[in-house]
Amino acid sequence: MNIYVLMKRTFDTEEKITISGGKINEDGAEFIINPYDEYAIEEAIQVRDAHGGEVTVVSVGTEEAEKQLRTALAMGADKAALINTEDDLEDGDQFTTAKILSEYLKDKDADLIIAGNVAIDGGSGQVGPRVAEILGISYVTTITKLDINGSSATVVRDVEGDSEVIETSLPLLVTAQQGLNEPRYPSLPGIMKAKKKPLDELELDDLDLDEDDVEAKTKTIEIYLPPKKEAGKVLEGELEDQVKELVKLLHTEAKVV
Amino acid sequence: MARKVLVLGEVRDGSLRNVSFEAVAAGKTASEGGEVVGVLIGDSVSALANEMIHYGADRVVTVEDEKLKQYTPDGYSQALMAVIDSERPEGLIFGHTALGKDLAPKIAAKLESGLISDVTSLEEAGGNLVFTRPIYSGKAFEKKIVTDGLLFATIRPNNIAPLEKDESRTGDVASVAAEIKDLRTIIKEVVRKASEGVDLSEAKVIIAGGRGVKSEEGFEPLKELASLLNGAVGASRGACDADYCDYSLQIGQTGKVVTPDLYIACGISGAIQHLAGMSNSKVIVAINKDPEANIFKVADYGIVGDLFEVVPLLTEEFKKLKVNA
Repeated sequence: MNIYVLMKRTFDTEEKITISGGKINEDGAEFIINPYDEYAIEEAIQVRDAHGGEVTVVSVGTEEAEKQLRTALAMGADKAALINTEDDLEDGDQFTTAKILSEYLKDKDADLIIAGNVAIDGGSGQVGPRVAEILGISYVTTITKLDINGSSATVVRDVEGDSEVIETSLPLLVTAQQGLNEPRYPSLPGIMKAKKKPLDELELDDLDLDEDDVEAKTKTIEIYLPPKKEAGKVLEGELEDQVKELVKLLHTEAKVV
Repeated sequence: MARKVLVLGEVRDGSLRNVSFEAVAAGKTASEGGEVVGVLIGDSVSALANEMIHYGADRVVTVEDEKLKQYTPDGYSQALMAVIDSERPEGLIFGHTALGKDLAPKIAAKLESGLISDVTSLEEAGGNLVFTRPIYSGKAFEKKIVTDGLLFATIRPNNIAPLEKDESRTGDVASVAAEIKDLRTIIKEVVRKASEGVDLSEAKVIIAGGRGVKSEEGFEPLKELASLLNGAVGASRGACDADYCDYSLQIGQTGKVVTPDLYIACGISGAIQHLAGMSNSKVIVAINKDPEANIFKVADYGIVGDLFEVVPLLTEEFKKLKVNA
């Protein structure tokens, strides 16, 4: 089975966000594999271990993403590819990323493509379904279970808390939801092996793409932090009285109940 | 620039979801004086068309087919593309719901267009339609514009106020024929987990529990309070990781991002990753034994105490309020 994972390097979830010069300040920030993409990598490894084949993890970004790709290799992926857009692109959007990934994937004969259902930074959740559509394959988003049997697949999809049991066939793209699996930590031997695993670096040129082909359709004109919340009122007195006061405040001051 | 905007209405259990009316309001802004056309897709949806018109749609187009009874990306995209082909809109608005998140990128890829997801407000400014959306799960916000082609956005439930309902409004309701075929994903079964209570993403009131809830049973008083206030129960990652509840309840940077009118955090310490998912709620109440807990820093009101004492008292007090109201 030929399996591809779409991965993004993101800010660590515990990072505070600050802005400098109109952009998110990346100085000193910790970066991680997008948590939802970790589920995708884990699932890909499990599917490969059960059915044979190869897992390739691919990322669009800058050379800094090499670190996260090596982590994916250390978890157990076989190969990695970094499509480095640093020299070619100023700003991309989801149209851009999906087009680049699809161009990379179009002649790879992937049986299964797994992505995270959303990246915790941009938060759009578009790239997976867009790639599937461009490649002309079907997709299921926010999955919590994947069973593959020959060329057919049974997938459980989380739909706002409900679960849909879906039958479909390969080739298929799925996006991972929390609960799909428990991502493993890279083992020490895994980390050693990862150093020798192939990590291809490509640029737009290698995909026969021009900047114009992937020019963003949308543009960010401003980034700002939400107004800092003032710490509110911590109530005092007997617990019963506090509760009474709280209900009164919610009713008359905040007017939310 | 006046434009024609299609707004996808979303039907659940035979009625339109609230977010559909919010999407009509967003469509109205996006149309800049043009036309707002509601779109309804399903096996039997035309009876709901007038309600979209009462909330501000100028007219409604329906696509009805037995194969559209349940949402599938193939079925719905075939239906919607038939409408897009006949209407030639300049704008598209969906709800940022499970359905909208799944369908919108597929349509955007088909049309080779941009798509601005998870929009919390939009306004005309300096000759552009400017969309505001949270990034880093609400730790920051960005303003975006469309630079090329279709104006396409999904809007987050509970953020854009619907227009006032006017039952005297009338408009044309027409059906569009579409060939629905070759569905590649088949839904065999739907297991309803969220049947109790209100959907988390649309809830006006959320009662959330953290590690302090201590067990699966510990969620019971929270559920009772939630059902009294017609709200939903949520949880922190800590509570989910400890197996006190299902991951579908998780609120945070991993998990759901919510913006209810009232968020009551019970036994939640307030890790950054949780705050990202709820700190834009309108009013936040924190209940925690630890007066130093981070959650008090974002709370509008706080009670330092044991949630198992406070929550039942709170439920009693709200009951009294309801009786008096």
